[in-house]
Amino acid sequence: MTLAIVDVGCGNIGSVGIAFERFGIAPLVTGDAAAIASADKVILPGVGAAGYAMEQIRACGLADTLRGLAQPVLGICLGMQLLFEHSEEEDIACLGILPGRVRKLEAAPGRPVPHMGWSRLQVHGRSIGLRDGDYVYFAHSYACDSGPHMVASADYGREIPAVVRGGNFLGAQFHPERSGEAGHRFLKAFLDR
Amino acid sequence: MPAARIIPCLDVRDGRVVKGVQFRDHRDVGDIVEHAMRYREEGADELVFYDISASAEGRSLDPEWVRRVARVIDIPFAVAGGVRSRDQAAACLDAGADKVSINSPALERPALIEELARDFGSQCVVLGVDSFEREGDYWVHQYTGSLEKTRDTGLRTLDWVVEATGRGAGEVVLNCMRRDGVRTGYDIPHTCAVVAAAPVPVIASGGAGAPEHFREAFEAGASGALAATVFHDRILPIPDLKEYLARCGIETRR
Repeated sequence: MTLAIVDVGCGNIGSVGIAFERFGIAPLVTGDAAAIASADKVILPGVGAAGYAMEQIRACGLADTLRGLAQPVLGICLGMQLLFEHSEEEDIACLGILPGRVRKLEAAPGRPVPHMGWSRLQVHGRSIGLRDGDYVYFAHSYACDSGPHMVASADYGREIPAVVRGGNFLGAQFHPERSGEAGHRFLKAFLDR
Repeated sequence: MPAARIIPCLDVRDGRVVKGVQFRDHRDVGDIVEHAMRYREEGADELVFYDISASAEGRSLDPEWVRRVARVIDIPFAVAGGVRSRDQAAACLDAGADKVSINSPALERPALIEELARDFGSQCVVLGVDSFEREGDYWVHQYTGSLEKTRDTGLRTLDWVVEATGRGAGEVVLNCMRRDGVRTGYDIPHTCAVVAAAPVPVIASGGAGAPEHFREAFEAGASGALAATVFHDRILPIPDLKEYLARCGIETRR
């Protein structure tokens, strides 16, 4: 199996790559459209700012490639947010693969932003390798809206979509590569798709 | 709310884990990878690695040991020590660290915080603060990795926390220097004050010696509690600590 990790010059590619190496997979880290299109599975990672990431995706000529992928694709954290139509972070248009918008989390007393740490999941969909009550690791200041695409959620002042799914596209707001055994199960379910 | 985070802190020197008392007299307590794996198995929620001599020696931490740690654990970890530039932070993140903690270099050049937040996001940028109590107030100290170079910056801790979070720091590790390694409990009033001043998560540090100290920190509003001695010396097993906190009504990941 070939697994491509989309490299647009930002993002936490180190730990994502290592997580897949634990499954005996040597991921191909690439910004090349042809290599991404021909991979069996594609990871869109992301730590950083949405504006910079979208700029890099466009500069590498990857926006249409990513939209046109038919194989299983997993967006992680910012990579998941980029799947939506629009992000409030720098008010930018994203890939528009999934319907909906990404909004800033509101800080409140006792609820600092970023939402950072291990939150408990409610699982609404099947076959994602996660169970109700699993704790997974979040580190984000923006989140997408709830909607029909949401298959797992966490609570942080409002309902935070933790996993979204639309066709062959899967997104995780949390960091499966840093979520211990639950994260491992989630990645395994993705690889088994 | 997320589970209260228990965060063992590992001071690193020359690629080995060391521990001192009130920032002095460091002794070798073992190999980095062995410690990382042990804490992951015990149920630590996150780890922090400080290269204690990097900043004072004018260098950045070595990504080589960051890579070794990233390979063996599947929980988040932050690294700290002399990161002065965007590229040095990128090297840590590429090596597999989840966050970069900056302390003395942010005091030298506060714009560093904005540069890192812009490129990597606030959730990657941790502000380490060494806070020293003097004459009824708290003051930020710099270069605490070296006894000779440690200096009082003349900045009030609360002022610095407000400025740094405004510039984009996404988390604050508040280290109360007078409590370091002495196991008499976190400085709770100071932790409360910083929690109230910072819009981002605050991690209490310095002074943990007993389970109730952790409870006090979480009740004060800390998102995480950091400790070294009680974990390194196996005075307080993490599973027992989490069981105690759960009995006190504090949510933990188990």
